Amino acid sequence: MAGDKSFFDEMFDEAGVPRHPFRSYHRWFADQEPAKLLKKAAEAEDLFRKTGITFAVYGQEDAEERLIPFDIVPRIISASEWARLSRGIEQRVRAINAFLHDIYHRQEIVRAGRLPEHMVSRNTAFLDRMIGFTPPGGVYSHIIGVDLVRTGPDEFYALEDNARTPSGVSYMLENRETMMSMFPELFSQIKIRQVSDYPKRLRRSLSASAPRKCDGDPVLAVLTPGSFNSAYFEHAFLADQMGAELVEGHDLQIVDGRVAMRTTQGYRPVDVIYRRLDDDYLDPLTFRPDSVLGVPGIMDIYMAGGVTIANAPGSGIADDKAIYSYIPDIVRFYMGEEPLLRNVPTWRCSEPDSLAYVLDNLSELVVKEVHGSGGYGMLVGPAASKRELAAFAAKLKQRPENYIAQPTLALSTVPILTKKGLAPRHVDLRPFVLVSPDRVEITPGGLTRVALKKGSLVVNSSQGGGTKDSWVLED
Amino acid sequence: MTTLGKTAGGLFWMFRYLERSENLARLIEAGLRISLTRGGAAGEEWRSIITTAGLGAAYEETGGDYAAPQVVNFLLRDRSHGCSVLCMIENARDNGRVVRTAITREVWEATNECCIMARKMLARPVREADLPDILAAIRRHSALVRGALHGTMLRNDIYNFARLGTFLERADNSARILDVKYYLLLPSIAHVGSLMDNNQWETVLRSLSALHSFRWLNPGDPKPIDIARFLILDGRFPRSIIFCIRKMHENLHWLEREYGDRLVSQDLARQVLDQIEQASIERIFEGGLHEFLQTFMIGNRQLAEQIERDYRFTG
Repeated sequence: MAGDKSFFDEMFDEAGVPRHPFRSYHRWFADQEPAKLLKKAAEAEDLFRKTGITFAVYGQEDAEERLIPFDIVPRIISASEWARLSRGIEQRVRAINAFLHDIYHRQEIVRAGRLPEHMVSRNTAFLDRMIGFTPPGGVYSHIIGVDLVRTGPDEFYALEDNARTPSGVSYMLENRETMMSMFPELFSQIKIRQVSDYPKRLRRSLSASAPRKCDGDPVLAVLTPGSFNSAYFEHAFLADQMGAELVEGHDLQIVDGRVAMRTTQGYRPVDVIYRRLDDDYLDPLTFRPDSVLGVPGIMDIYMAGGVTIANAPGSGIADDKAIYSYIPDIVRFYMGEEPLLRNVPTWRCSEPDSLAYVLDNLSELVVKEVHGSGGYGMLVGPAASKRELAAFAAKLKQRPENYIAQPTLALSTVPILTKKGLAPRHVDLRPFVLVSPDRVEITPGGLTRVALKKGSLVVNSSQGGGTKDSWVLED
Repeated sequence: MTTLGKTAGGLFWMFRYLERSENLARLIEAGLRISLTRGGAAGEEWRSIITTAGLGAAYEETGGDYAAPQVVNFLLRDRSHGCSVLCMIENARDNGRVVRTAITREVWEATNECCIMARKMLARPVREADLPDILAAIRRHSALVRGALHGTMLRNDIYNFARLGTFLERADNSARILDVKYYLLLPSIAHVGSLMDNNQWETVLRSLSALHSFRWLNPGDPKPIDIARFLILDGRFPRSIIFCIRKMHENLHWLEREYGDRLVSQDLARQVLDQIEQASIERIFEGGLHEFLQTFMIGNRQLAEQIERDYRFTG
């Protein structure tokens, strides 16, 4: 079987021969009865539904919780590919944390003329409150999800750095559990690196950044917007797996200079809060006064060393899409090295020349909102109709600074299982990175998102994307 | 790990809703039997079931007849009044999601599957022919949740909050069923030892899954006073009022031991328990069965509110 020649297929080469990392898997696959595999795929869905791994789609409030479709063909990455990728990811993540420290302190990068001042001062993700403050352990972004795409044998690009509250790690873990329970024989035949210790590492990593006022074993809590949030399953899952409390804003209160949770026996201090809540909602006294999700006064306690908030408020400026185009410079500036991971060429529409180019070539580009996420508010030029292009051009002219544009990348494909057999679909990869004061850890693999629709390049679950188990082979 | 007040409250309500849904399904099952065996009396029976469920006014509003298909669909799957079996199972699951970190995977999955089943089976109006299967499935899934709870949960505060919810609701349900039917038992005051309408008492016992147990203990012709004694004061029967209140007292006692703190709830439970333990069925009938049941239900509700306050469910 050969994929579409214009895209790099990770499983098969141009001649239809399985590539090296997929060889053992393909041998196994060839021995399977297609009907049985399809039955397994249906079973997997039941399994997910039973477990309750569901998400809610924004804007569809009455809709029942949905499942993210799961494809049973794994995405396989060789040990050497992974070694290279993880070096690049680590470099990028270290640079991001150094950048965050710098812009909230001396802003050397601005002084050196490598980043325009207005990129910082006029950025809505920049928090004045954080100026001059260093978070416990010096870590800003504790949990980062770097979105990677591949376009050829050696061409990997970092597409986005999710430095605020990256989600999806529960799918990475549950996908693996599901694969192991459905195909145990694969895991004894093929040596695959484990992902299951992520919650333990997360716990260790967060505990290592405990605040000054913590005495004894740090008490951890996951702060969720509540059980109606689209990612609630993941919040509960992580709290459960790492032995943290799962709290909402109204469970917390400031008591004796600490953030404390209401237990059956009164208020007890919390040391580290892994918040799955945007900055805006964190503290109604500092940010949005109408927020009922946060904790009034938490920022004061944070500044006084009474609690650790992960990720640190204000981290969002690092994954801002306008800052993205400066990341190669950011890596060079703080690491003194050439970036190991490529950045996608990016036109900043705030610059008149770029805007002109983008408008002229709109049908070939992907245009994204600077502060958008989840695939909302973006234009995929080649897939858009004339009318959609015209409408988007008007929006662009009105607020150019709100957009960036990138070439449409020829995302690699990995086959999915369909009723007619294997069929190539476009994928990306989100590895999950943990940063603590003394180390950077990357879970081997990550979450592979796959566009289930033939030819589609949009992998977001909110837009019809699915997921795959992602294997990193041992040497 | 400590237990959040919200979590304790979520567990309490999760198990209240589960118990309530199961009890209502049992009532429907008893009603169904009457309508199959004694068509003429069924209307009255459906009316009393609706009253027991506290849905009299809501049902009047629908303008429905007191006939099996309407009543059954109203009680099983109507979302408008929020108290149908389906709504309560969904409420239990919502609470289960909130307390997901406090329960085992098995308890969560059993609850989730119960809800998946209910949503599927109750998606469309229920036909009479499918009713036995549906009611059996509800009973089976409730048993699976209970089994998972018994087999996998730590016996700690979390377990005790869950059990408190179960027994609080169960005691209330037994008292309600008796209270709606108390007039049936009344003639016995004048004629101790008189026989009741067989079908009527059978229904009361059936709706509490008590028929087999009662016959086991009372092989002869059933006397009303024996039935009342059995359902209120027999500590061997797991749905009797005294059994439930003893259990609640016990659960609160374990909380007291675990937390090292005696609170108002413990005293209140002791009071309610004392009243029942010192009662005899003759004295209850003398003072009025209805009055006794009302007093008990009020005390039971106050206990629930006190538990909520003592353990900071909401603030």
